[in-house]
Amino acid sequence: MIYLDNVAGTKPDPRVVEKMLPFLTEKYGNPSAHFYPLGRESFQAINEARENVANLINAEPDEIIFTSCGTESNNLAIKGVANSFKYEGKKHIVISEIEHFSIQNVTAKLSNQGYKTTKLKVDNNGKINLEDLKKAINDDTLIVSIMHANPEIGVIQNIQEIGEVCKEKGVLFHVDAIASTGHIDVDVKKFNCDLLSLSAQNFYGPRGVAALYIKKGVHISPLFDGGYQENGFRSGSENVPGIVGLGEAAKIAKLEMVQYSKNMKYLRDKLINALKGMFSFLHITGDEKDRLPGHVSFWIEYIEGESILLWYALKGICAASGSACSSNILAEDEEDLAASHVLTAIGVPNDICAGSITFSMSKYTTESEIDEVIKVTPEIVNRLCEMSPYYKK
Amino acid sequence: MAKGPYSDKVMDHFMNPRNMGEIEDANGVGEVGNPACGDVMKLFFKIDDNGVIQDVKFKTFGCGAAIASSSMATELLKGKTVEEVLELTNNAIVEALDGLPPAKIHCSVMAEEAIEAALKDYYKRIGKDPSIVDEMKAKIKNRVKS
Repeated sequence: MIYLDNVAGTKPDPRVVEKMLPFLTEKYGNPSAHFYPLGRESFQAINEARENVANLINAEPDEIIFTSCGTESNNLAIKGVANSFKYEGKKHIVISEIEHFSIQNVTAKLSNQGYKTTKLKVDNNGKINLEDLKKAINDDTLIVSIMHANPEIGVIQNIQEIGEVCKEKGVLFHVDAIASTGHIDVDVKKFNCDLLSLSAQNFYGPRGVAALYIKKGVHISPLFDGGYQENGFRSGSENVPGIVGLGEAAKIAKLEMVQYSKNMKYLRDKLINALKGMFSFLHITGDEKDRLPGHVSFWIEYIEGESILLWYALKGICAASGSACSSNILAEDEEDLAASHVLTAIGVPNDICAGSITFSMSKYTTESEIDEVIKVTPEIVNRLCEMSPYYKK
Repeated sequence: MAKGPYSDKVMDHFMNPRNMGEIEDANGVGEVGNPACGDVMKLFFKIDDNGVIQDVKFKTFGCGAAIASSSMATELLKGKTVEEVLELTNNAIVEALDGLPPAKIHCSVMAEEAIEAALKDYYKRIGKDPSIVDEMKAKIKNRVKS
């Protein structure tokens, strides 16, 4: 099997799993139980993890809150400031057209509470225009939330410049760094951000654990009402094994990221160049320069994404597609099928977003695996083209 | 291996589509599209003087279910008379494929519509009013009801 769907979740690093195992077996103490060693051991373990996560993004340990997933971190960031007494009165949010559902749908829901959202357009490479951002921010603006890197088209935003604009204008800035953390430099001080989401499963940590950076002085209202875990920002008994895993993943990323990202970039460029040479009707999506290492996304005219995806799967290659047909196979109704909002935002023909494919590599991806993708792709594309009523030789 | 969203039959027709291609001297061609997902299905009929489908081929732009529905439809059509062909419903295609996910039922509907479109084209070419297809279809539906 060739796994190239790492934006959907990476293979956990064996060192991460090893570090977690005792906390799934003999080290089961609740970190809130401070008065016996079993509890204290767990407390110490999550704080060590907190340090490692803080270290990876240049934050302080007490600025890190652990959550259950990236979606929760994004919800907590936006709803947290929207519902905080500290920012009462400000009712405007700025996001981009290519934000994740866990940002888009949060702002949609907040419209019930009188919030208005401006969605910044992106260019054909998926980049935000800084002038548009400056124009969008007004006296009523509470927060700007922008994704560092997009998992579907791999584009990396000029997040530092966006942060400077937000600072200048005196508005809060949240960065969704779920796709980028552990792959490229994420630095909350450089970014000038107030909040930042990251998730363990995207950089060789376990599923079911993520974090939110909350800059000192920024106030959020919690999503859950309960005990005082995570300073009351996130009540509920901590997922100790998961948090330990996230901490270990952060520690490894800090030490090894530069090296493995370099290899992934090499494989990315090799695959992109090969694909571009294959068919005149294959189009790379996203920015070719400002792009996640190991990220290759494209769409092909005349043929449909799910069919391509199924064929890759039959050849043992795991990928993703943003086509309507592949969007929600478990839906009860065809009305629930929709093409990717990211692809329509960058101008891929919006009635179909048909033949879109995303390959996302990991540090484990090998050159021979990429060679195999390069080998089977023409076979798959030719086969489907032959079947297509649109394709003319 | 864990089960995927499609039956083995669907996967078989997706991987080894039957009657894929075009008929150059077709005398009935139907093309229909689905605006929900952008799929397009094109059917080619070669119908003889006795109104029997001698040959049928398809070309489809679409997902696994769309390709399998087209392929299965062509298998069910070959050798049938025009009237028998109209009796073929999308449900029959779904059944023959051992089922489709609910969100993909529209792919089989598209196949039924492509058959109608191809027959209308056939009637037009032999100088008959294509609306006869609608009348025949209505008659069949009434018969099924009663």
